[in-house]
Amino acid sequence: MTEVSPVLRILPEVLLTLTGVLVMLLEPVIDIKASRKPLGFLAISGTLAAIAATGYQLQLPPGTAFFGSVQSDAFSAFFHFVICGIVLVTLLVSLDYFEGHTTYVGEYYALILFGAVGMMLMTSSVELLMIFISLEISSISTYILAGYRKRSATSPEASIKYFLLGSFATSFFLYGIALCFGATGSTNLFDIARGIASGASPLLLTVAFGMMLIGLGFKVSLAPFHVWTPDVYEGAPAPVVGLMSTAPKAAAFAVLLRICYGAYGTMTHLWMPLIWILAVLSMTIGNLGALTQRNVKRMLAYSSIAHAGYLLVAFTSLAALGIASAGFYTAAYAAMNVGAFAVLGYLSGFDEKRTNLIDYAGIARRHPVAAAALSVFLLSLIGIPFTAGFFGKFYVFTGALNSGNAWLAVLGLLNSGVAAFYYLRLLAQMYMLPAEPTLEPNTMRARPGFILGVAILVFAVFALGIFPNRTLSLARDAGATFTSHPNPVPQPQAEAIPQQ
Amino acid sequence: MDVPIAWYLILSAALFSIGVFAFLIKRNIITIFMSIELMLNAVNLAFVAFAHHWHQVSGQIFVFFVMVVAAAEAAVGLAIIISVYRSRETLNVDQINLMKL
Repeated sequence: MTEVSPVLRILPEVLLTLTGVLVMLLEPVIDIKASRKPLGFLAISGTLAAIAATGYQLQLPPGTAFFGSVQSDAFSAFFHFVICGIVLVTLLVSLDYFEGHTTYVGEYYALILFGAVGMMLMTSSVELLMIFISLEISSISTYILAGYRKRSATSPEASIKYFLLGSFATSFFLYGIALCFGATGSTNLFDIARGIASGASPLLLTVAFGMMLIGLGFKVSLAPFHVWTPDVYEGAPAPVVGLMSTAPKAAAFAVLLRICYGAYGTMTHLWMPLIWILAVLSMTIGNLGALTQRNVKRMLAYSSIAHAGYLLVAFTSLAALGIASAGFYTAAYAAMNVGAFAVLGYLSGFDEKRTNLIDYAGIARRHPVAAAALSVFLLSLIGIPFTAGFFGKFYVFTGALNSGNAWLAVLGLLNSGVAAFYYLRLLAQMYMLPAEPTLEPNTMRARPGFILGVAILVFAVFALGIFPNRTLSLARDAGATFTSHPNPVPQPQAEAIPQQ
Repeated sequence: MDVPIAWYLILSAALFSIGVFAFLIKRNIITIFMSIELMLNAVNLAFVAFAHHWHQVSGQIFVFFVMVVAAAEAAVGLAIIISVYRSRETLNVDQINLMKL
């Protein structure tokens, strides 16, 4: 057994933390009137370093560190790549978004980095205590980010709603952890799996799973725990919405996968019906809700509820395939949703001048490139072939069919049909209608950072839609970690820190 | 005399339920925030009871972390509440309804 230093197991998180602290330290040194862009570039280089570090982690043999609380493996690396990618693009897109509107831009970059640390730790934790702390790190950062347009009336409201319902959900998650600890005497996922196998109290375990599912359901906005989503997405700044509708959700889904397949792997009869019901509810409520919306951000919020439902469908196709398709869907969804919100943020500007569907009438004539980019993301959200969304849905529904959940696949496909309607309505609005003359033209010019960020996303959408194999094989490796390592990899002796 | 663990768990469940109901029916943001703290403390009680039951100190360590996180959450939460009060001059959730559900 080669010994791997424990720090290497959390290297990407360490790099991001250091960059975040550096950003906070440099922020007061920079002249108060000066642009905060250099801090943004620093944050971007930190994120690039974290991506490189994750690539390095892939070369390491999978294993745990810090008393078995974090595990770096193909699964954590896959989600690290997704989250780092989201953070990178969000930073690029917001380089100019806040410029001149608020003086707290330095803190914005630092908060995004710290939030990313929490999300990435969530995906590599195999200990409920670690999962709880990293969940809070990511949540607390996003609570603040949601309220970043301080002077507007809606942003603080979004922030407080997100905060109250988020902490409410966290308490449920925490109660679930306590009951899990009570049933098995441990908070380590592998020990919990062993406790379940050796016959721990099924009642306590069932209630514990339900509580944890409620907590995570709030975080990923599954129906019926979705009520906060439209309000928060409407009030929060658009680039932040792009981040928080994808990255924390990817992390929470990773936790859910680790709990379902890792800890509760032998109790599929318990969680399968629950997941089934939540998936159907989220898809249906999300899509029907989106149909009635006049506000574009609210519409996309409902669509994100529906997409969380599609993702849950992947859970029902058991074993490695389910994890692989869930991972792939997270990546595909991240690319298109971050992109859609980035373009919305650009078109409506910091003051959110364009909020309703009607404001997007004829926008293709005024902003042809931005409209084209938005169309790519919307078509991908529908699931048109040659886009990321198509293969995401394809793998999810094939998995459901193969595991005998034909009804779930049928309901999902019907839902995708309904969903096409409201995405196409926005597209038609942009291309078919004459421009609204009352709305003054957007003064914001497309800057290099924004163009680069959106270009990366458009490329990602097409790359995942035309050459999905590379990402899919990464996702397969991620899925395989659950089948090839049912037990924790033996811990190197070196980390057994002297006891007392 | 040794108190059975069930009593602690019942108390913890009762406190948690009171917190949930208070969260749902109270109208003042500060009170709602307090009910969340009540829920967290109910969880802490459950942790300590289980730690005693399993003779494992890890449950008690968990409680420390919960307290630290609750403090961090309170700091951010109160700041958000202040920012809401500045923009609305009210802390009644029924009047913080610019965006409808």
